[in-house]
Amino acid sequence: MMGRSAMDKPSHSTSNSDDAFKTELLSLVPYLRAFARSLSGRHEGADDLAQETLVKAWQSRSSYLPGTNLKAWLFTILRNQFYSERRRAWRQEPWDSEKAANLHSYSESQTAAAELSDIARALQALPNEQREALILVGAGGFAYEEAAKIINCAVGTVKSRVARGRRALMAILDGDEQLPMSDRPPEGEAAREILSQLDRLTPNHGGDKRR
Amino acid sequence: MSKDKAPMTDKARYARLRREAIGQGLRRMYDGVVHEPVPDEFMDLLKKIDESTDPERSPS
Repeated sequence: MMGRSAMDKPSHSTSNSDDAFKTELLSLVPYLRAFARSLSGRHEGADDLAQETLVKAWQSRSSYLPGTNLKAWLFTILRNQFYSERRRAWRQEPWDSEKAANLHSYSESQTAAAELSDIARALQALPNEQREALILVGAGGFAYEEAAKIINCAVGTVKSRVARGRRALMAILDGDEQLPMSDRPPEGEAAREILSQLDRLTPNHGGDKRR
Repeated sequence: MSKDKAPMTDKARYARLRREAIGQGLRRMYDGVVHEPVPDEFMDLLKKIDESTDPERSPS
């Protein structure tokens, strides 16, 4: 039995609840890694960030309110950790677009992989506040209210940041702004690719394409 | 080049698709990491975290 009683006092002495807390932490590691990697745009360092978050979370476990959203609590820690750390070190590293292309491991087709690495790269070109809002809401599936708590801003602010972020991302991907890379396919190609994706996605297009 | 009864222009259709594709891309990017197997270091970290729970001992 390892269910935590709902009214656990924040006490360090109950190793039972510590174990349960640890189990919960472990179950959320995949999300921490995803948030760390999306936020930082780097493969290296992202897992370190996620691990530091776990340590911090463990040390501050008495301040976590049982029954509240643990994932959001962890994300808040990770976010703070990221920005304070980046001020220190990551800023010095130059952006490496080749590394960026390998940020995410894909099980999708090559085409989808290329699209994804474009998105990952474009995401890094956004202002911090738009990027994090887009990651939390658009990728992580947080409600605006939850994202607002993590970011520590008003709900309306998150909404407008997500909207602006989406537009900016589209502008970058559509080539209105330059990505830090040279081998993007020409406009027409991208458009055709997208249209053919639609054909695959739209059910009533069925199997027969007429061209 | 003729569309029978498409009220949407290619451009509008393209824009909508773009939005959807980007939304999906964002989720796939994130989910791709979520579904990766968790490296052993995380398990190790949580195991040994017991031994050094002293908040004053910060890594340097």
